[in-house]
Amino acid sequence: MTRIETIFRDARQQGRRLIMPFVCAGHTKPDTLVHFLPALQHAGAGVVEIGLPFSDPIADGPVIAAAMHDALERGTTPEQVFNQVAQVRASLDIGLVAMVSVSIVYRAGGPDGFAAQAAQAGFDGVIYPDAPFEEADDLLAAAREAGMTASLLISPTTPAARAEAIAKACSGFVYLLARTGITGERSDAPDVAGRVAALRKATDTPIACGFGISTPEHVRAVVQHADAAIVGSALVKRMSQAEADGQDAVEAAVAFVRELVQAAAEVSKPEPDTGNEPVTESD
Amino acid sequence: MTPTTPTTPTTQDTQTPDKTPAPIVRISDAPTAQGRFGRFGGSYIPETLVAACTQLKEVYKSIQRDERFWEELRDLQTYYTGRPTALYLAARLTANARARASHGHGATILLKREDLAHTGAHKINNTLGQALLTKKMGKRRIIAETGAGQHGVASATAAAHFGLECDVYMGSEDARRQRLNVTRMKMLGANVIEVDSGSRTLKDATNEAMRDWMDSVEHTHYIIGSVVGPHPFPMIVRDFQSVIGQEAKAQCLRHIGKLPEAIVACVGGGSNAAGIFYSFIDDEHVRLIGVEAGGTAIEPGKHAAPLTHGEPGILHGSLSYVLQDKDGQTSDVHSCSAGLDYPGVGPEHAYWKESSRVRYTSCSDDEALDAFLHLARAEGIIPALETAHAIAEGIRLAIEMREDEHVLINCSGRGDKDVEEAARLLKARESD
Repeated sequence: MTRIETIFRDARQQGRRLIMPFVCAGHTKPDTLVHFLPALQHAGAGVVEIGLPFSDPIADGPVIAAAMHDALERGTTPEQVFNQVAQVRASLDIGLVAMVSVSIVYRAGGPDGFAAQAAQAGFDGVIYPDAPFEEADDLLAAAREAGMTASLLISPTTPAARAEAIAKACSGFVYLLARTGITGERSDAPDVAGRVAALRKATDTPIACGFGISTPEHVRAVVQHADAAIVGSALVKRMSQAEADGQDAVEAAVAFVRELVQAAAEVSKPEPDTGNEPVTESD
Repeated sequence: MTPTTPTTPTTQDTQTPDKTPAPIVRISDAPTAQGRFGRFGGSYIPETLVAACTQLKEVYKSIQRDERFWEELRDLQTYYTGRPTALYLAARLTANARARASHGHGATILLKREDLAHTGAHKINNTLGQALLTKKMGKRRIIAETGAGQHGVASATAAAHFGLECDVYMGSEDARRQRLNVTRMKMLGANVIEVDSGSRTLKDATNEAMRDWMDSVEHTHYIIGSVVGPHPFPMIVRDFQSVIGQEAKAQCLRHIGKLPEAIVACVGGGSNAAGIFYSFIDDEHVRLIGVEAGGTAIEPGKHAAPLTHGEPGILHGSLSYVLQDKDGQTSDVHSCSAGLDYPGVGPEHAYWKESSRVRYTSCSDDEALDAFLHLARAEGIIPALETAHAIAEGIRLAIEMREDEHVLINCSGRGDKDVEEAARLLKARESD
């Protein structure tokens, strides 16, 4: 069982919901990750999603796109990201998942080459945000081959049968988009109940929900149903803001993650409404 | 890159025998159902856009046998766009080329006058087709990205004709260079959204249009302006543009009694080139030459020639040749022509390059400017700066070709939009 699978299994057994913060590698400081990852573990994050900066992230809104451009301007490369992860991996229990565009994967040795490097560095999983199901066979196989989980996205525009097929192809967790559109903060809480329930019928794989989840209130709404809430833009924005104000970006982020973790803890049932028996360890 | 060896056919229209066994699949059969042109193409997009692309694929399939759709499009092309556009024998351009050619050389130069199409460029061929598809899908709004503004104007025009809402994304640097087209779009009732991110050019406008579409797919169709993007866009845009080559083929047979020996077109994303090449792809004795923007130098950042200087990579939804650094980050590009100022190119061109069916080369800003003036003064035709790249290479080829041969250049657009920028560049060059 991979680390990601273990983390989600334990959380389910203990009735906990996970907060999955998103951080853009190289944002605010060249070596953000080295300081940030231990601090996030301390703040109670379950799995951290590490974005490899890309020059043209079409699924990302202005906040994350600006963070990526900021990281690229200070010369952030996949190699640096791997090195930083490798530096702190041994001291951490949390899951580390790479969010990476296929444009970068293609150049970093292709699906196999990239997966091998990521796993070697200590990543536990990969999210491919711009690889639809039809293009993902090699990517999914490469991640598994390297001992990592692989997650694809399911959108509100995804028809039910297709959503099921995608969910079955994912390992570790399914990334359910809370909304259409790009990443970014929103004022209203997303309603994911129906789509989570439909997916539960098709798969036992944990469901993590992201896009437009900006507040503790949104987190509460989402983890009523899903196993985890992914928070990106709202967190990245706090880091950018702190940096602009001459404050410590990591501290600002950690304070916010604590709030989110607290919100998730308020929603605690013995099991999320999986409609299934608890996942049992197979090995 | 190595240029393909020109084949000299004994009679036109016979398939030139090749050393390798005849391929079972013709080059023109691409793409596959998955949108693959050889190994290129595909559909690398966020899941949210998959439903929209699937819908587009299905609607496009359904209209293949819908005679009324094609009849409506043909009527629009005839009575609205003014098709067929003329095939023009450029006598003075030819004479000038002959004067520089060795004895017995200096091919006749023909121009396919897409600059005479309504709105002044080939772009209208695609926007009318896609606007009709938009109506078919029952969507009320279109969005578009634009570099030179020609696709933006053509989109705004189609939107006005069909009564659709229209938002056009344009890099702020391009909006500065192509002020006239910004004004035209606004006059046509479109909303022009200037993009300040990244390099403030076509690539960034494309990013923003895709982001818009992520949140508006239900009621909005994204009219991509070139043979780029995820499947099925490269195929659909090529098909709507292929009217150029179909007409040119018939016109050549009628007026010169044969196919031209060579066809030249400029390549940014590659829609005008795909449009004129496609009907000739299986006529192996017709040399096809695509001309990219060589900019000011071959160093990264100083040109926009992915097929000439780039490598395979993924950008804006498909695998093709791109200008990227070793990590997959998109490189800066430069061209005097806003329409060619793009780090990627359509996947079908990548396929044509790798199969050696089309030869790709580039010409510099300076050569394009010279050709711009040359065509204006020799023929009274002011071409777009994009088109001027093809003119420059076409003249170069004509000088090398035999006197009894013909070179057809796709005169893809007119240059009204460029006169101020060209004047500025010419003045800067004089003072250097």
